[in-house]
Amino acid sequence: MNVAKIREKVAFTILGLITLLVVIPILLTIFYVVKNGAGAVSWEFLTQPPRAGMKQGGIFPAIVGTILLIIGTMLFSLPLGILSAIYLVEYAKDNLFTRLIKLSVVNLSGIPSIVYGLFGFTLFVVILRFGTSILAGSLTLAIMSLPVIITATKEALESVPFSFREISLSLGASRWQTIRYCVLPYAIPGILTGTVLSLSRAAGETAPILFTVAAFYLPRLPHSIFDQVMALPYHLYVISTQVPNMPMKLSFATGLVLIGLVFLMNLVSIILRAHYRKKKLW
Amino acid sequence: MLKRTSEFVIEACIKLSGLAVIIFVVAIFIFLLKDALSLFGVHSINDFLFGKKWLPISEPAKFGVIPLLLGSLYVTVGAIVICVPLGVCSAMFIAEVAPSHLKHVLKSLVEILAAIPSVVLGFIGIVWLGPFLRNTLNLSTGMCGLTGSLLLAFMALPTVISISEDALIGVPKAFKEAAFGLGATRWQTLWRIVLPSASSGIIAAVMLGIGRVIGETMVVMMVTGNSPVIPTSLLQPLRTLTATIAGEMGETVAGSEHYFALFAVGLILFIITFIINFIADICLRKARK
Repeated sequence: MNVAKIREKVAFTILGLITLLVVIPILLTIFYVVKNGAGAVSWEFLTQPPRAGMKQGGIFPAIVGTILLIIGTMLFSLPLGILSAIYLVEYAKDNLFTRLIKLSVVNLSGIPSIVYGLFGFTLFVVILRFGTSILAGSLTLAIMSLPVIITATKEALESVPFSFREISLSLGASRWQTIRYCVLPYAIPGILTGTVLSLSRAAGETAPILFTVAAFYLPRLPHSIFDQVMALPYHLYVISTQVPNMPMKLSFATGLVLIGLVFLMNLVSIILRAHYRKKKLW
Repeated sequence: MLKRTSEFVIEACIKLSGLAVIIFVVAIFIFLLKDALSLFGVHSINDFLFGKKWLPISEPAKFGVIPLLLGSLYVTVGAIVICVPLGVCSAMFIAEVAPSHLKHVLKSLVEILAAIPSVVLGFIGIVWLGPFLRNTLNLSTGMCGLTGSLLLAFMALPTVISISEDALIGVPKAFKEAAFGLGATRWQTLWRIVLPSASSGIIAAVMLGIGRVIGETMVVMMVTGNSPVIPTSLLQPLRTLTATIAGEMGETVAGSEHYFALFAVGLILFIITFIINFIADICLRKARK
């Protein structure tokens, strides 16, 4: 074996070890939360409101709150995200305006989540007078999710072969008919995958909901979209920093439920992707 | 005719949605600017930008952003120094060394890490990493800059790994084949040919990693000790720009000086991340060519 070969062996081993250094903490993190939290996750924990200053009982209102926020976020961000991606891929010409939109998408994705929180607070809570409410929180999270949905939809639309559009147009279909019947159906899997992923990220976010929707302690369920709700990530923040002598088990269990919810959504998106990939027609 | 009208409406919606993204960015900027300017009406902009004390509730209140800016800088530099070598090396391993089944496993693990909400990592920082560092390094408190840096480095890894990996994979095959043809080993090819060719993509990965770290709120608020003083080392408590907004917003009265000061901090964050993302975007575009 010559020197170059030995060097290669050594270098690749080092790269492998560094990768292990990255991967092992990921597994340990999950293992740590599961080990300490699994014991406290029970049917009662999932379906009961918190009691005794959150030191007993469950996290039902926080689960409901987070699910409501996910739905609200989807209602606002999905149509807007898909339409703007359609604009970028199917309508936009290569000009300054289009470049501005693309630059805006890039920057929107880079804005810190807490700045979205500030913006959502001024616009939705104060100026539009929605108050700290599900509506204000969903809208804030929706704007934050937009860039991810736009990027995913854009990629999905671009992956539909150009010939599909040419054939449809050549048969006399209008531009919108072409998009509606010959492009969108084939882009749906990609769009769904991206949407579910972006929603799972929104579900785990704390900073944007701090001042727009999250309630410190609110055992009853909301009656309208103008109500505050508890949310899982904020609840975990509260019980791990603001509540003295909090039973550790409950904090871990809350973290576990949050991770579980987010992973479940990721899993759905992976299954969707695999399912549609099998059915791919071209 | 009805069909014509509905089509017209839909196309109008599509065009408006395209515009919406620009409107949001501009609106966010204007809202931050408007409230930040209200602060500078009563408080000099010099005292804000160069003031060394952040004492929002003392009399008279001081809104010097330097301690917060340095807090963010310390934590970010710490995180990037840890994250970039680890991330780029793992990306090299995943892209060029690992066999395909291992590659899938590794990539899924990185995706799992990306999915973990930051508040969960902050919680782990409080219950495990902070106390662990305090005991091993003999610190007075584990809630310090280093704990934040380590967790942020961990959080930024998926961004750095996946974008670096894309950059490495995007290097034209012909480059590698030419190197192999000249008798280079896989390592020589990776180190001398592939890595330099992917450099603009890797710079983009680093920039986006920095953006992710500077903007992260919950982890730093939970584990860095929340003390708005000028930091001298990573081993002491500090406070970042993001944590200041998150921590103090709830205590302010809308329309007060303190309230406007937090928007001014938000404006600084907006400008910093805008520049970072702009640079990253230029690098990515260059990489694609």
